[in-house]
Amino acid sequence: MTTFHRYDAVIVGAGGAGLRAALEVARVTPRVAVVSKLYPIRSHTGTAQGGIGAALGNMEEDHWEWHMFDTVKGSDYLADQDAVEIMCQEAITCVYELEHWGLPFDRTPDGKIAQRRFGGHTRNFGEAPVRRACHAADRTGHMILQTLYQQCIKHEVTFFNEFHVVDLLLEDNVCRGIVALSLADGELHVFHAKAVLFATGGFGRMYKVTSNARSLTGDGVAIALRRGIPLEDMEFFQFHPTGIYKLGILISEAARGEGGILRNRQGERFMERYAPTLLDLAPRDIISRCMYTEIREGRGIDGKDYLHLDLTHLGREVIEKKLPDITDFARTYLGIDPVREPIPVQPTAHYAMGGIPTDVRGRVIRDEQNTPVLGFYAAGECACVSVHGANRLGTNSLVDILVFGKLAGRDMGEYIRGADFAPLPKDADGPAREECERLLTSNGSESIARLREILQREMMDKASVFRTQEGLEAMLTTLKELKDRYRRVRLQDKGKIFNTDLQEALELGYLLDLAEVTVVSALARRESRGAHYREDFPKRNDAEWLKHTLAYRLNGEFELRYKPVVITRFQPVERKY
Amino acid sequence: MRVMLKIKRFNPERDREPYWAEYEVEVEPVDRVLDALEYVKWHLDGTLTFRRSCAHGICGSDAMLINGRNRLACKVLVKELGARITVEPLRGFPVIKDLVVDMESFFAKYRAIKPYLINDEPPPETERRQSPEERARFDDTTKCILCAACTTSCPSFWANGEYIGPAAIVNAHRFIFDSRDRGGAERLAILNARMGVWRCRTIFNCVEACPRGIDVTRAIAEVKRALLFSSL
Repeated sequence: MTTFHRYDAVIVGAGGAGLRAALEVARVTPRVAVVSKLYPIRSHTGTAQGGIGAALGNMEEDHWEWHMFDTVKGSDYLADQDAVEIMCQEAITCVYELEHWGLPFDRTPDGKIAQRRFGGHTRNFGEAPVRRACHAADRTGHMILQTLYQQCIKHEVTFFNEFHVVDLLLEDNVCRGIVALSLADGELHVFHAKAVLFATGGFGRMYKVTSNARSLTGDGVAIALRRGIPLEDMEFFQFHPTGIYKLGILISEAARGEGGILRNRQGERFMERYAPTLLDLAPRDIISRCMYTEIREGRGIDGKDYLHLDLTHLGREVIEKKLPDITDFARTYLGIDPVREPIPVQPTAHYAMGGIPTDVRGRVIRDEQNTPVLGFYAAGECACVSVHGANRLGTNSLVDILVFGKLAGRDMGEYIRGADFAPLPKDADGPAREECERLLTSNGSESIARLREILQREMMDKASVFRTQEGLEAMLTTLKELKDRYRRVRLQDKGKIFNTDLQEALELGYLLDLAEVTVVSALARRESRGAHYREDFPKRNDAEWLKHTLAYRLNGEFELRYKPVVITRFQPVERKY
Repeated sequence: MRVMLKIKRFNPERDREPYWAEYEVEVEPVDRVLDALEYVKWHLDGTLTFRRSCAHGICGSDAMLINGRNRLACKVLVKELGARITVEPLRGFPVIKDLVVDMESFFAKYRAIKPYLINDEPPPETERRQSPEERARFDDTTKCILCAACTTSCPSFWANGEYIGPAAIVNAHRFIFDSRDRGGAERLAILNARMGVWRCRTIFNCVEACPRGIDVTRAIAEVKRALLFSSL
């Protein structure tokens, strides 16, 4: 039995972007619901460690213009500068807002919010690292998520916990709601709404080694694609330099911000050769590539595919006080004490720069003329504003979720005041029901876990830090096979109550779609920029490729269109650190 | 290494009573219990149901009873447990299916202690100042991930499920001792009630169970002391 609900606004996802948006909409209407596939405060925002960037200038001179420059340069000039400008200005307000809501930032001796260094953040347009990342030990994301949820409790926001979104109701360019699967009893729920915001996070689970939670399967992004929305800049997927070897558990960039050093098998600080000014605090795409190069040239530790992150010179006091969580990770998972031994690390799939295209008000756009879809919004990692361009700087994802969660929520509030409920499509829950039924009753022989393993392994091999035409083409063939096999899966759990077998099957479907868009977009972009590195086209090519990709899927076929990058203050130049 | 994983199963659509199922699993010593559970789900029995998300001890989804102790499945390595591992759902909550329990009552208690900064004074244009010492005062209790390991390991909670439990008290502590907060008295009044902080018998199970290393009993003692010598 399908249950119907009616809310002025429905927000899908209870991470930082979703909760921040909910708080903003709640100023306008009490009829706002947050639908999340996890219990509250389980969202991935909680794992963000090192800090949130804002040019408060609490410890040394800083200006939002410097933050803007670093973000644009870090993006390899693919970010839209109008959006970056808004983000870097608003970051300051958003951090103070969090503090006023009780977020326990670490403090300077005079009681201000403490700040530390982070990759790619500099003073005076690239001179030297600057202390810009506001932090609460290495639990900054945990504190942000908790603080936002606490405010939602205070403002009595309605939550639908463990409701997995399975469809978006969109007709004639007007969004009308969503369909979600209630995990507890397996029933479908239709949420009729004037406006919907997707804040469903990233999709690092399409790679084998990833920092991403099990839940990061790109549900919202894939559903938007299936409903005719193009995806922007999907070829740009960030690898974070320091995931724990094999596990991918993140060792925050704050470890290098506090002075940690990357070393190869000879004990050499190899970043001196690649980025003499910023060294181990160069942007992530550059360091990840350098690490792969070191490993390829035989300088991995013991000849294996990992390197060392050395914190031993920092002393117990700094390590245990400022980096307690990552210290605990090293001790728990590796049996290593970072006070005395270096940590084995390798680049790990971390962050999707691409996603659902939006304007700076969080409105989803559907073409290269920036035409908005009425009532449909997106924010956070699932969205592409674009403020991260081809490579996101550390701390800027937390900035992004707060600033654009807030701005999207504000625009939603205005929109729902002037809009009526558009009628639901006939048979609103039909397609979702059909898909769930198909998976539950399919009598094939393929296993979800096996297909997912192949997907993750092959994507890691062929569409990660280094890419070639040959590899990407082979990946496309593999994906076609996997999608074919996906039609013949067999679930063991056929029940209704808390069927995580069904949930994982739906999630694999999303990952396969997103991997395909990633590879199609990457194959077309015959240049290297930011996180997208083509060995067969190793140079950035602004003459032909200074543009955003918009990938449409129409009747199973892909169509790629492009739109220009917004350039206001900073003309593209070659990136040197 | 080979381990025998003994899991308490219950599917209300099929079973009248919970039962034990055993699975032999080949694991690496450095694998987590979560890896072993996922191996079972992905390769042996797709109906096995449990929650998990971040898989490194931050999201709090996979708290369960492992070899008789409340732990996060993603934070305990197989080699610490030996060749026989038993896994059960957290005690004291209704079981939805297998290892998945209904946590609504737990979160209701969290919400009951007003877990948000209470301060009606107009905020300054920048941050409210707080010294590093004031900040350190409540640092330990900011670590809570609401996994429920402490509350469901507490004999007082087993004896009476209405007891507000250590997790809610920890989160009240986090605000009561925050120099920016003005709601301490309101929260203390809630914790002074019959099912409040006095039900704590200082048994220390919570401290042992906390996967974040929070000194829960100490936090509870500090709340008791604040009630006795209320000078907030």
